Amino acid sequence: MLVTASQPAPTLAGRPSPPDPVGEPPRRSGKPYGEWLIAAILLLPNLVLLVVFTYRPLLDNIRLSFTDWNISSPYADYIGFKNYVTWWHDPNSHQVLKNTVIFTIATVALSMVLGLALALLLDQKLRGRNLVRSVIFAPFVISGAAIGIAFQFVFDPNFGLVHDLGYRMGLTVPNFYQRPGWALFMVTATYVWKNLGYTFVIYLAALQGRRADLDEAAEIDGASAWRRFYKVLLPQLRPTTFFLSITVLLNSVQVFDIINVMTRGGPQGYSTSTMVYQVYQETFVNSRAGYGATIATILFLILLVVTVIQVRVMDRGMKNV
Amino acid sequence: MSDTSAEVAVDVTGGGAHNAEAMSHSGPAMKIAGYAAMVVVFLVVALPLYWILVTSFKQQQDIYTQPAEWWPKHFTTTPYHAATTQIAFWDYVRNSVIITAILSVTKIVLGVISAYALAMLRFPGRGLLFVVIIAALMVPNQITVISNYALVSQMGWRNTYQGIIIPLAGVAFGTFLMRNQFLSLPGEIIESARMDGAGPLKMLWRVVLPMSWPTLIAFSIITVVNEWNEYLWPFLMSDDQRTGTLPIGLTFLQNNDGTSQWAPIMAGTVLAMLPVLILFLALQRHMIKGLTAGAVKG
Repeated sequence: MLVTASQPAPTLAGRPSPPDPVGEPPRRSGKPYGEWLIAAILLLPNLVLLVVFTYRPLLDNIRLSFTDWNISSPYADYIGFKNYVTWWHDPNSHQVLKNTVIFTIATVALSMVLGLALALLLDQKLRGRNLVRSVIFAPFVISGAAIGIAFQFVFDPNFGLVHDLGYRMGLTVPNFYQRPGWALFMVTATYVWKNLGYTFVIYLAALQGRRADLDEAAEIDGASAWRRFYKVLLPQLRPTTFFLSITVLLNSVQVFDIINVMTRGGPQGYSTSTMVYQVYQETFVNSRAGYGATIATILFLILLVVTVIQVRVMDRGMKNV
Repeated sequence: MSDTSAEVAVDVTGGGAHNAEAMSHSGPAMKIAGYAAMVVVFLVVALPLYWILVTSFKQQQDIYTQPAEWWPKHFTTTPYHAATTQIAFWDYVRNSVIITAILSVTKIVLGVISAYALAMLRFPGRGLLFVVIIAALMVPNQITVISNYALVSQMGWRNTYQGIIIPLAGVAFGTFLMRNQFLSLPGEIIESARMDGAGPLKMLWRVVLPMSWPTLIAFSIITVVNEWNEYLWPFLMSDDQRTGTLPIGLTFLQNNDGTSQWAPIMAGTVLAMLPVLILFLALQRHMIKGLTAGAVKG
């Protein structure tokens, strides 16, 4: 209703985003299969690597999840679903699952909302915006391990940056190292700080490729800023939002470096352990590789279900764009 | 249609008048709020980086003061000396450089030739193979490490470069990125090159790649940065400075003794960050292009 005026319904087809693949160029008709040998030679190395080091272990992991393997022994016994039962009844697993859900939802929501907000801000004509854009994106290219190590000192409960800022403002800063909830907050904040640049840059590119004429039409119609944002801009950004929700979620779930260097999953045992961290800890620290494989399998199944749901929602959402 | 919207888009990003009008309804108050927000964002992101840098030039006792020194009272570079001598720093740098270089070149070559085959050559099962390669993007490394660890240790490849490099060398994202790029090339040029009798490899080298430099550069930078920062797999494969990469060396600095020697740790961190930050500052446009090109397809 807002968008009516003289504008056609917004379509994605009109977006000027540069590398819209145009589909296959016309091909010559002769020798349709003459190229298959060259294609095989070109594709084989990559395929072999992916099969051996991605798909094979994915399946092998499922097999291992039914064993009591300890990572170093050449032998392992099949123990049926025992690992799965253990996982189901283990209170630590519940804690870890909860941490994973909290961490993932918090990081995905924060980096997407903040990324969009910053993109909107820095899409405005403001002096110095290029500098700020670069600064926001910079942490994304730094190693997570380096950032995790450095941010330990940023959050140091006695002499860290956060403590110092609080001290100067007369605030009491919680002990991020020892309070479980605050430790999880610290890890989440560090992750968002590092990865915000990604969502920011993607949203900024989407904003620059949007159709300003729609916004203008809505403005002429007298729509408020909020309604223009909600009814005109957000629907245009929907494909970007879906893309980000999938990739950011996959990345968040996989975080290992920051947790390993900052907290080692602690304090108090499992306060900042996520499932990926638990896989590492059970397999390589506690030498329970079978159990680690079980957790990895469960994580993969969860990811699969979540991704399928996301893609379903995306398909439905795209029809309404 | 797409022409007009392209013009509009250019107007939005670069134009003065149009944008001024868009802002006008908000007035100067909004403009000030915009600048205020920008300063806050800048501080939140840049302050930790500044904190790390300043700490790396402090003497140990100056770190433990309250309130903290925001400029080192006794400026010193000893932390850098300590960071590079307490651990075999340059060994880790060497490993990082070797592994990143070999792995990046391998991935770039494999990505380009896979993408070329998928985009330009005709053969049975092409669609299926494309799906097989792309679907690997959905399998997190963290899920495959247990079995890969077992395989690679069995081969006696722990603490070797090949043990780190080979399992990481498969390319899914880059194949996807380059294939999209190749498919976007104008068909007539490809066609006329074919007419001139260019074989597949000559075509790749002489026709397709020269038209794809920006995407190839983007893909290369993203790969180099990713491999330089890779942590979990090198961490599992390396016990010490024989093959450990810089991020792993840093953690040894961190664990060197009970109390944290923050100044050397920060100095080591700065040294580890510096190469990627320089690369990033020099080439950020290309890198961002690659990331957004991946996103457009969704």
